[in-house]
Amino acid sequence: MEGCRRSMLFMPGNNPGMLQSAGVFSADSIIFDLEDGVSLQEKDSARLLLRNALQTFDYGGTEVVVRVNNLTGSPYGLADVEVIAPAGVAAIMLPKATEKEIILLDKMLAEIETKTERTTGSTKIFPLIETAYGLMHLKRIISSSIRIAGVLLGAEDLTADLGIKRTRDGEEIFMARCQVAIACRAAGIDAIDTPFADVQDQEGLIKDTQKAKALGLTGKAAINPRQIGLIHEVFAPSPEEVLYAREVITAMQEAEKEGKGVFSLHNKMIDAPIISRAQAVLAKARQYGWKEGENHA
Amino acid sequence: MLNAVRRELPEYIEGYGQVKTFQGANVEQDKPVRRQVVIDKDSVDGNKVLSSLQEAMARCGLTDGMTISFHHHLRNGDHVLNMVLEEAARLGFKNLKIAASSIFPVHAPLVRHMENGVVTGLCTNYISGPVAEAVTHGLLHTPLVMHTHGGRARAIEAGDLSVDVAFLAAPSCDACGNINGVNGPAACGFLGYAIADAHYARRVVAITDNLVEYPNCPVEISQEYVDYVVPVASLGDVQGIISGTTMITRDPVGLRIAQFAAEVIAASGLLKENFSFQTGAGGISLAVAAYVREMMKKQKITGSFASGGITGYLVEMLEEGLFRAVFDVQCFDLLAVESQRRNRRHQGISASFYANPHNKGAVVNNLDVMILGATEIDKDFNVNVTTDSNGVLIGGSGGHSDTAAGAKLSIVVTKLTKVRLPIIRDAVTTITTPGETVDAVVTERGIAVNPRRGDLRQRLEQAGLLVMTIDELQEIAQAMTGKPDSLPPGRDIVAVVEYRDGTVIDVVYKV
Repeated sequence: MEGCRRSMLFMPGNNPGMLQSAGVFSADSIIFDLEDGVSLQEKDSARLLLRNALQTFDYGGTEVVVRVNNLTGSPYGLADVEVIAPAGVAAIMLPKATEKEIILLDKMLAEIETKTERTTGSTKIFPLIETAYGLMHLKRIISSSIRIAGVLLGAEDLTADLGIKRTRDGEEIFMARCQVAIACRAAGIDAIDTPFADVQDQEGLIKDTQKAKALGLTGKAAINPRQIGLIHEVFAPSPEEVLYAREVITAMQEAEKEGKGVFSLHNKMIDAPIISRAQAVLAKARQYGWKEGENHA
Repeated sequence: MLNAVRRELPEYIEGYGQVKTFQGANVEQDKPVRRQVVIDKDSVDGNKVLSSLQEAMARCGLTDGMTISFHHHLRNGDHVLNMVLEEAARLGFKNLKIAASSIFPVHAPLVRHMENGVVTGLCTNYISGPVAEAVTHGLLHTPLVMHTHGGRARAIEAGDLSVDVAFLAAPSCDACGNINGVNGPAACGFLGYAIADAHYARRVVAITDNLVEYPNCPVEISQEYVDYVVPVASLGDVQGIISGTTMITRDPVGLRIAQFAAEVIAASGLLKENFSFQTGAGGISLAVAAYVREMMKKQKITGSFASGGITGYLVEMLEEGLFRAVFDVQCFDLLAVESQRRNRRHQGISASFYANPHNKGAVVNNLDVMILGATEIDKDFNVNVTTDSNGVLIGGSGGHSDTAAGAKLSIVVTKLTKVRLPIIRDAVTTITTPGETVDAVVTERGIAVNPRRGDLRQRLEQAGLLVMTIDELQEIAQAMTGKPDSLPPGRDIVAVVEYRDGTVIDVVYKV
């Protein structure tokens, strides 16, 4: 369902304290990082530490994703998958993903799932779209495995690849956001926005998240637990949206009783897309703990 | 015999005396008294300024076996206790009893004086560093007596703790003995912990590095109580007064706990006009203050007061109009000292005014919410802040038990595990604060409410907070850490932990 992953929190894979506590921040997903967050001399120890943590700790309702190193461009990626996937993760996040690498990862995961007696296809894949190539081949990348549960847009690497400046306002990634949103919506998977880098700037985070939401992205990555609450607030349906959705559904039920196919609300014609949007809003509101008849306005 | 928190205690402890067992936090003892003080003095019109500590000791009639007292406002920057004991040792005094409101690592030379028999008795409200370790290892001749901040003032006023000579570090003083703590190079704020000593000690010596012309205003401790004034080069290192952590934690887990604690406060119904609040200076506690600050601003609440050890952070809240006053028993940083110097709503208070259970009304009794720390908590909500899990002394109540008993809502904030150990135990190593005075324990993984507070539990559940039982919290912790072995039973008592009313709540054994 859309919006299951409002927030995906990056955590370094080599910090024992954080490995233990990662589940307490109410993030929808945590992404334990073995790539950029871990220095070269710690790659192997972080991999083993993370595997042991995954086998030891209960992260409760928080989905666990691991960002491995690139499979072909780095000497660590294949070993990461071989060690981490058998320990049990919901998904593997693949940096600078290409179709070839996804097909390779899919095959590796299938073998590991067979060996560890897991359901085939149960380990999902999150391609990280952070190159011009990735953006241009988005559709093909998404179609290269049925395991793909969503896409994360990585704006820092993408803007570096494009040779352009990354700004607080983020106008430079407008088109990339649109492309990711459209491609993911078309495929029925999650579209996760790039993290907001300045953890002190709460107002900036809210604006940036609102922008992503407005363009159709379904969630946002976070690099600090303090960002989680604000991201969830932005992705929560507004009281006005919920109120309107309830009116639409009530009007629809009345129209059905009266046998009317088409009906209007506040002098506007209500048709199928509006109804399905209203149903989606209410579903999301329930997910946020709204109770029937409750008014948060 | 068992006390009310089920600790087995002897009836008599050698070097301490007859044991009055702890009966419960609010059990009335005999009618409290204030002792009579014999006014033992020299001629009153003479100059009180003496040339040396040696002369002061001689004029005070200091002899072997006497009790001398110190305040701890200079905290880990204090040189006065060391200076006085160095001189006492040089002059050949033996068997002195030290009544210091706190002992810090800077007081390490005390270990030597304990070894040499210069010091054979010690009572304090808080003890850390080499002296604490030495006491734990049995170096002190008689058991250390641990008071609470309010309990120490009570003990002095009641005569349970009789001070022969109080040596008071006086950041600013005149020749007649008018003292304040807000001026001078070692300005450390209002001398709240020295007031009972000044009023009840047989002799009072002000030690100052800032002798000013008469009169020294503002006057905190007045000349009527002071026998002598001894000028010295320096009272200590003023940077050392800064208490533990005076910055809000940046640790995400700590912030998570603080956020939960703030949600508990909001759900308790106490956060409203005239709200009163106290928090320690730890990073998590201060983060709770930060969340409370935001909530007060949002809801446009004007609080009544904040109290306790005061930091610059609380000063900012005062200046924003979030509280009408702060009650400051001790400044925890130099911003607080500066505020006290210029702001009349930054009110200094004595330890008795702050927390004495037997006077006619202490500030802690006016508190709505208190945020407390913990080293260990047991399933009856008893809290240990006195020893670590190896049984070594690392602190003490300070105001912990006092505020827990006084506040309408006392919340312990702690991580569920620390250095691979679960915080929640079947039995804590030492009971500092009785569980009947602790209302809730807030950790990063959930909130446990004392079963005595069914009303609170209901409110928190209604607010959708993550409420669980303390057993459930313990299970979560032990799933990560395993169950630690308990310490082997102790034999030799090295410290007696008194509750604020003077009864014995626990003892500490030699390690």
